Amino acid sequence: METTTTAPQPKAATMSARKPIVNDFSIQIATVNGSGSQTSNMVLMRTIFQMGVPVSGKNLFPSNIQGLPTWFTIRVNKDGYVGRKKEIDFMIIMNSETAEEDFLTTEPGGAILINDMIKVKSTRADVTVYSVPFAKIAAECCPEAKLRKLVVNMIYVGVMVYLLDLDLSESEKALSKQLKGKAKAVELNKAAIRAGFEYAKTNLPKMDPYRVERMNKTQGKILIEGNAAAALGACFAGCTIFAWYPITPSSSVGDAMTDYCKRFRHDKKTGKPTYSIIQAEDELSAIGMTLGAGWAGARAMTSTSGPGISLMAEFVGLGYYAEIPAAIWDVQRIGPSTGLPTRTGQQDITFALNLSHGDKRHPLLLPGSVGECFEFAQAMFDLAERAQTVVFVLSDLDIGMNIWMSDPFVYPEKPYDRGKVLSKAELEKIGKFERYRDVDGDAIPYRTLPGTEHPLAAYFTRGTGHTEKATYSERPDDFVRNMDRLSRKWETIKKLVPAPVVDPVAGAKIGIIAFGSTDQSIRECRDQLAREGNLETSYLRLRAFPFNEEVKQFCMAYDRVYVVEQNRDGQMYDQLCLELRGDCGRLRTVRHYNGFPIDARYITDRIKEQEAGKPYVPMSSIAARSARKDRESD
Amino acid sequence: MPEAPAKPSPAPKVNRIGLEKKVYEGSESTLCSGCGHDSITAHIISAYYDLGVDPYRVAKFSGIGCSSKTPAYFIARTHGFNGVHGRMPSVATGALVANRTMHGIGISGDGDTASIGLGQFCHLIRRNIPLVYIIEDNGVYGLTKGQFSATADLGTKMKGGKVNEYSPIDCCALAIELGCGFVARSFSGDHKQMPAILKAAFSHKGTAVIDVISPCITFNNHEGSTKNYQAARDNDIPLHEIGYTPYFAPITVDYPEGSTIEVTLHDGSKLALKKLARDYNPTERMQALTVIEEGHRQGKYMTGILFIDPKKQDFQTLEGLPEEPLVSLTQDQVRPGREALEQVMEELR
Repeated sequence: METTTTAPQPKAATMSARKPIVNDFSIQIATVNGSGSQTSNMVLMRTIFQMGVPVSGKNLFPSNIQGLPTWFTIRVNKDGYVGRKKEIDFMIIMNSETAEEDFLTTEPGGAILINDMIKVKSTRADVTVYSVPFAKIAAECCPEAKLRKLVVNMIYVGVMVYLLDLDLSESEKALSKQLKGKAKAVELNKAAIRAGFEYAKTNLPKMDPYRVERMNKTQGKILIEGNAAAALGACFAGCTIFAWYPITPSSSVGDAMTDYCKRFRHDKKTGKPTYSIIQAEDELSAIGMTLGAGWAGARAMTSTSGPGISLMAEFVGLGYYAEIPAAIWDVQRIGPSTGLPTRTGQQDITFALNLSHGDKRHPLLLPGSVGECFEFAQAMFDLAERAQTVVFVLSDLDIGMNIWMSDPFVYPEKPYDRGKVLSKAELEKIGKFERYRDVDGDAIPYRTLPGTEHPLAAYFTRGTGHTEKATYSERPDDFVRNMDRLSRKWETIKKLVPAPVVDPVAGAKIGIIAFGSTDQSIRECRDQLAREGNLETSYLRLRAFPFNEEVKQFCMAYDRVYVVEQNRDGQMYDQLCLELRGDCGRLRTVRHYNGFPIDARYITDRIKEQEAGKPYVPMSSIAARSARKDRESD
Repeated sequence: MPEAPAKPSPAPKVNRIGLEKKVYEGSESTLCSGCGHDSITAHIISAYYDLGVDPYRVAKFSGIGCSSKTPAYFIARTHGFNGVHGRMPSVATGALVANRTMHGIGISGDGDTASIGLGQFCHLIRRNIPLVYIIEDNGVYGLTKGQFSATADLGTKMKGGKVNEYSPIDCCALAIELGCGFVARSFSGDHKQMPAILKAAFSHKGTAVIDVISPCITFNNHEGSTKNYQAARDNDIPLHEIGYTPYFAPITVDYPEGSTIEVTLHDGSKLALKKLARDYNPTERMQALTVIEEGHRQGKYMTGILFIDPKKQDFQTLEGLPEEPLVSLTQDQVRPGREALEQVMEELR
């Protein structure tokens, strides 16, 4: 049947004659959550990584513990473009519930590895199908019947090692690493990999074009998820109080924090922990503990997600007004209300920066990589303690819970900035202290810590109106002076937050502004625009709010500036409009908010459309279906 | 004629750490004249002075309400944190875990504790954070002009004439049920019992809940209220006499019915309880709950130390935290070395 797709229609006989596609494809593994597939997924991904080819691993999991469909996507890309790719080239079907849809959504010209016990009604002539008797192979390589379920997924690793031409010894190395040397488990799974490999070698003629060839683009790099990087960063940044309440997708920050601190945070002499991790009864308590600890002089933080931020609103206002250091790590998910807890987005921007009633604003840090998750942990505490305020870090599920490649983290040399705290000796010397007096002109007063043994030290912290001396006041002039000083403090904060990363391109007429996890896809998009549309772009990646002057300067240098973000309402676009005021006409918007990480092609298409004069349209109006579905509707 | 040598002015009275009582005072109260809370404040000042507590080691906490204003009225040279309604426990937890050398005192009211704050109250006790938690209980939201509180007794009449028909939350019974290691009840006008209970509470290492009936002059001290001065005086049943002897005076212990139980508190100071009630044992939970229940049935307040468990370990001890407070740790003490980071990087390669 003739179609209008751009992909060729390979026939079975000529499949193997197709030009090999090396180090540039995506693999999606469809399994059931709770079946141990994560280990197998990681072994497969690590094997490719160890062969020097850039990879990323993304989880698409349900808000459930066991028994529902889950997908893991490995993107393999020789150029290092590892942002999400919508198209799936190699589908591994291990779950009958989603098999039909998985079968149909595989890219034309792609390949499918399917458990032979799964029957699919549809047929296709444009994909290679490898049907493998997993149960039979499991029975042969695993004598203990009750362990067979656990090794079934590992068998597909062996099959893929053969089909993709991976190095078997690398896969065994990856297995050892993944199972952290648990000898018995390693042996069992190794047998499963070999069994899969041998079966494929004997029974599966290579009919698909996908192959992996050794490169050296991952030399020295690590694989880590953002939440673990954040916890590692906080551990090294001297966090002493971590108060939290579990919530998807931030819980692994707390788990990783527990692990790392247990390993590395003990007093050298006494062996006692130099931290306390407190699991609060809810998020109100978590932020309360964080503020109480910050007030007492600890580097304190909490980690949460959108619904938790909602609960923290009242306390954050107190933190702002009473000027108490506190750090909140928000791993964003989507939706108002409970929403979609296991889907990613960048939807808390407006909320976080404005959190609480009354006039107030909070700084936001916007990490764009796992490396920045590590770095920004210290930046967050330094800023909170220097500025004596509540600081948000807006991470998201894509960075936090997916597996990213990174250069190894650099050991932090920068000394901790503990901010303006007066000791007993300093009080003796100065002979005066007023908690909310701006003495240095930066609008940041000095504070003292409870337990400071000097009669001048004490003051009363309150959320009510106060004077410079921290005494209670309802006077209008006291209130206005205090509020205006807090505004001036905001100007100081602009100089303290991380600057944007700018890549200006000579001759570019348009600019792109983005932040956070969109970075990977932006890079690929810029390349696509240059190649396909001859359109050069400059790129500014925001790393914090408030914006500094560079942001306005960037916008003013281009005819049109595309603000790319993962929320429905253009939250960052709005903030940039406020920043540019009358000059905001040059801003354009690209919004992606279906819960999947944004892909480069989406951005490229939206920019091309708007450059061609078409208006912005909401996501549901866009035909963002796979080529297969487009063919169906033709 | 030579002048008589000037009489030396009498040395000001000081406590055992050399401080005058006025050091333990704060700013002037803005509460209504005659408010029970001011009596409690006076007892707090006396208790700290008598015990010779170092003001620099004290941290004051409160929520929102009339009672929550009172930390400003004692020990001016101590840091205080007046937070948000019902959430004092979490702030105190964070602060006291960050700096375990601070002696925490928290002042709350019945609305702050038994309504909005009920959840945090329970979890504070569950963790056994070492905080002296005083509920200045007037059975009514005094500050917001006269709504009933969750501790208001059945049958209490409000100033407007409306009658409370809901069962009260008994914070002491709740605390005992949750495993609190020190639970007491008193009355703000009891000038003998209050200081003794406070001193015992200050020496307790863990959460110490004291429910103090403190009649609201403006909204609750009228006929028909079961928490007014007259009602309390009429119905007050002291459980036992309490004598508090500081650390350096020895006390004998004798358990059987009708005699004294000596309880050794954590810092070595001793508490003598004289049993007036038959079979009453303040270390026996079920007995304490029964006594409270009986009191409710008789419409009377059982006052005194209802329950005490001095051996119960506080949160910081259970967590194995270092003696040196976390807030004092230097960068060198907390930042792991290069090898640690390299170890993790190697695991992830």
